Amino acid sequence: MSGDAALLIDFGSTYTKLRAVDLADARIMGSGQGPSTVTSDVTEGLTAALGDLERQIGALPRFKHRLASSSAAGGLGMVTVGLVRELTAEAARQAALGAGAKLVGAFAYKLTAGDVKAISALAPDILLLAGGTDGGNDEVIQHNAGRLADSTLACPVVVAGNRQAADAVAAILADAGKEARVTENVMPEFGRLNIEPARAAIRRVFIERIVHAKGIDKAAALFDAVLMPTPAAVLDGARLLADGHGGRPGLGPLVVVDVGGATTDVHSVTEGKPSAEAVVLHGLPEPYVKRTVEGDLGMRHNARAIVEAAGAEALAADGAPAPERIEALLARAAAEPGWLPDDDEGHAFDRALARAAVRLAVRRHAGTLETVYTTTGPVTVQRGKDLGAVGTLIGTGGPLAHADDPAAVLETALASPAEPLSLRPRAPKMLLDGEYILFACGLLGSVAPDAALTLGLRHLHPVGAGDTEERRRGATQDA
Amino acid sequence: MSDTKTKNKKTAKGGRRTLVTGVIGSDTHIVGNRILSMALEDAGYTVVTLGALTPADEFIKAAIETAADAILVSSLYGQGELDCRGFRELCIEAGIDDILLYAGGNLVVGKQPWPEVEKRFLDMGFDRAFPPGTRTDEVLDFLKRDFRARDEGLRKAEP
Repeated sequence: MSGDAALLIDFGSTYTKLRAVDLADARIMGSGQGPSTVTSDVTEGLTAALGDLERQIGALPRFKHRLASSSAAGGLGMVTVGLVRELTAEAARQAALGAGAKLVGAFAYKLTAGDVKAISALAPDILLLAGGTDGGNDEVIQHNAGRLADSTLACPVVVAGNRQAADAVAAILADAGKEARVTENVMPEFGRLNIEPARAAIRRVFIERIVHAKGIDKAAALFDAVLMPTPAAVLDGARLLADGHGGRPGLGPLVVVDVGGATTDVHSVTEGKPSAEAVVLHGLPEPYVKRTVEGDLGMRHNARAIVEAAGAEALAADGAPAPERIEALLARAAAEPGWLPDDDEGHAFDRALARAAVRLAVRRHAGTLETVYTTTGPVTVQRGKDLGAVGTLIGTGGPLAHADDPAAVLETALASPAEPLSLRPRAPKMLLDGEYILFACGLLGSVAPDAALTLGLRHLHPVGAGDTEERRRGATQDA
Repeated sequence: MSDTKTKNKKTAKGGRRTLVTGVIGSDTHIVGNRILSMALEDAGYTVVTLGALTPADEFIKAAIETAADAILVSSLYGQGELDCRGFRELCIEAGIDDILLYAGGNLVVGKQPWPEVEKRFLDMGFDRAFPPGTRTDEVLDFLKRDFRARDEGLRKAEP
């Protein structure tokens, strides 16, 4: 071993997870896990995890980089405010999700007294305030800044609206003692998304303020920096793997499905332009790197919501226990978020839940086609991203990593002849992030992208063996 | 209320006016609208082009976000009258009550006398309606006169 090593840390809501990486080889040396102790002292969980790592690999090397991400203490809670719901309010939502936030509220148009009360009650870590294209409406964002200035809201406000109003908005907030950071407009001109500057501003506030506010910096002696919320690290990792680095190709357009206990996240890295000819694109342009969070599709905290969304009968038809058994299993899932089934019934239940969560989450993330009949004949209109031609589908998260047959879960993300209007991946290569490497890849990418790329490519493992016929059949039955 | 709005808009924009254009309804005829949009841009306007197949509410949402000064609706497939019904009411509902509204193209089916068609569109709350074959210069001229009239506090210029 040549010596240089990196330590990647995830302060999660349940566990503190470590990956030690040999930088010269771009290989995992070992991993460690401890409890999440953010509510008491974050140092305890990290020390425990380091001890676990040491038991595996012996005396710990001097790490060249010690980088962390965090989704502990509720993650990065954000509220977004924009003008028109489908325009700047949507752009603001996309920016917050892309920054790895947990979106707790999204507001549009003029904030009412009731809205402001609701926002204060949501107690976000950061509020993103947008509204108006540059040179466009400058009245509503100022009105909303005034409302927020008069409120008890204490969190930093990232201002990413009409640049003509930005100074006035910042002054209104500053005069009321609120912290305001001005960045570029999320929609500088009509229909053009510009969410990267807002994402960067959110990340800066996260590093400078939120890490301290959540008490994660108590363990500051044990690491160099907490760089971003964990979902942002996964997203950065996905982007690096798709795009490659420094002339080295990556995997090309890809989709990541991250199944968790509380939510299912879907990340896509692709332009998502129509793959068929003569299709008219409609709606706001889609971000190249897009993240959606399905707050109702979680394997434990939201197992009931999955059953409701998919239907108990449909789950039973997909191999889950009979509907009359579901209630007992749901009660257990809700009562014990850490429950790992150890019998056939439990396994079947989890498998059906995961299949439903993946299928629904990817269906919601993917774009759709609609046929519009005009006087000159039918026209096909696409809304959202076309994921049909995406070459790689990556599954991550505990339920997938621990699944007996991860391919059987992942394949529910694929396009189905029964739903020809849902633009899901048609025949991607399926990879499993069984070692939970994506977050580490994203973190390491910020300092050593080349090693991070190799690391990701090496530790993602093919599943499903490219038997597309079998996969298609599975997808058909599922729909 | 609407006074402060207008004032804000002008100072923010430094005089450059914003126009929203598009083809309404299930209509794919984009060429004329594109030519018009190019002419408007050449004339110094900021033009928000929504393109073909645009529902009425999308014109209005775009106008709100960009604080547009006028909406120019094209319709070439004969269903314009149906598509444009209630357009002004939608504007009022959205708080851009007196935004300048133009409609133009093959607005109705069949050979109907133009004055009748124009009257129907004016009654619907459009400030101007233009028959097939209208030159872009003509539209530009009306815009100039109507904006001047608005600066003087009038609804629009005399025909």
